[in-house]
This record gives sequence, C-alpha cells and structure tokens, in this order.
Amino acid sequence: MNLIRWQRPVLTPWASLGRLTDLRDEIDRLFESPLSELTRTSNLLSGWTPALDVFENKDNFSVKAELPGMKKEEIEVTLHDGSLSISGERKSETKHEDAEVYRAERFFGRFQRSVTLPAPVAADKIKAHYKDGVLTITLPKTEEAKPKQIDVSVA
Amino acid sequence: MKATLQKEASKTVERTQPAEFVTPEVNIFENQEGYVLEAEMPGVNKDGLEITIAGNEITIVGRRASEVGSGEPLFQERTTADFRRVFELDPAIDTGKINAKMNQGVLTLTLPKSEEVKPRRITVSD
Repeated sequence: MNLIRWQRPVLTPWASLGRLTDLRDEIDRLFESPLSELTRTSNLLSGWTPALDVFENKDNFSVKAELPGMKKEEIEVTLHDGSLSISGERKSETKHEDAEVYRAERFFGRFQRSVTLPAPVAADKIKAHYKDGVLTITLPKTEEAKPKQIDVSVA
Repeated sequence: MKATLQKEASKTVERTQPAEFVTPEVNIFENQEGYVLEAEMPGVNKDGLEITIAGNEITIVGRRASEVGSGEPLFQERTTADFRRVFELDPAIDTGKINAKMNQGVLTLTLPKSEEVKPRRITVSD
C-alpha cells in the first residue's frame, strides 16, 4: 500500500468569490436582457411594441422610441391631457412576390404606445426628430413645472 | 443545393464573448437573382456597421451611435447593447457583389447569386 502524504485541500476564498461574482453577473444579465426579449416574443401576440425610454432633466422630458425602417410621415405623435402617444403604421417596402421567405421576424402593421408625463409640458414647444430609426421627442416643461430655487433672506 | 443562408452558424462565439450583444430581427428572402436580408438595428448608422465575411460565414455587427445624455431615466426599455448576428452563406452567393444599404436603422443586404448558378434557358437546336 502506498502512503500518500495528506495535503490540505486548497481553499482559496478568492476562487469561490470569483465564481460568485460570475454568478452575480449572470443573474444581472438575466434580469437586464430578457426585458427586450420579452417585448420581442410578445410581438407575436400583441403586435409591435416599440421599445421606449423616458428621461427627465431640469427643463425637459425626452422620449426615445425605436422605430426602425419607417418614413417620418408615417409616425404620428400626439399629446392629450398630459399623455403622449406615438403611433403609426410600418409598411413593408419591398415586394417579394416570386421570393421564398426564409425568415420573417420583422413586424409590419400598426403600433401605438402612450406614456403619461409626470409634469405639465409646453405643448407648443415639443420637438420630434427621427434619425437612424430612433424617434426622439423633446418636451419642455412649463415654467410652473420647473424646479425653482428660492433664496432665503436674512431678516 | 438548397440555400443555406437561413441556417444560422454556431452560437458558441457569442457565448464566449461576455460583450453585450443583442440579436437584430431579420427578414430573409430568396429569389432567382439572389438573397435579400433586412436587419433591424435602430440607433445604428452607416459608420457603426461592420460586415465581415470569413469562409462561408457572414457576420453583421452594428454599433449604436452614442447618444447624448438626456437626464434621469424615468422609464427604460431600450438596451444600449450593440447588435450582432452570424449567418452561413449559400455557396451560390457571389461574395464579391454583396451590397449593403442602411436606411433609418434597417440594414438591407443584397446577396446576388453568381452567374453560373442562375437558372437559364437552353435553346434546343434541331
């Protein structure tokens, strides 16, 4: 029988920590990415739901929507009672009568999305801009809605 | 020689790369002239496109143009990840004649078949 010297198992805390951070990244990814995946799969059931971002700064709200492959005339932006709606219809540009279809993942047809803005905006100053398939709408807040600094006077 | 463009290449490359990529949605058609591939890449302009052909694979990468910060996010569904997708090419495609066009976030790739494989009519002599 051979005697093998017993060796203390190598237990570096760092290795397992490394694995833990990997796991954490993995979970982070899981929570971050599926959002877009979900909206994608939901396309099949509910039509097209373009991804939307809403940002706020001191003076403006800005709304960005991903609407690739449209014409600017086909996009409709309306503001009603503090609720912004983006709608339109995407039409297939190319005709493929004699073609065989291998993949049809893109959605064509009508879509609509609405967001309620948390503060009043100046309707006459709203600007919309369509570039690289992304619609950017800038909505300036009304003077009353802007944060104001009040100087404290010493009596 | 059934078209192989619709077959996607192995995804192993994508898995080993932790860099965040999302898969663009595509439409692919084939007719007698060749293939047409449309890929949705909102936020990508002509300068952010990288199309490479290696062997029988075509890789499409779309990098989003950086957007100026617009403040605090209240609601966020869009991802900032770049786009990437790999396809296997039908050997009938003439890789020298591939044409790419970018319009409002949609990439249209035209992949013509080489002249030899196009169907042609042969006149029968008496």
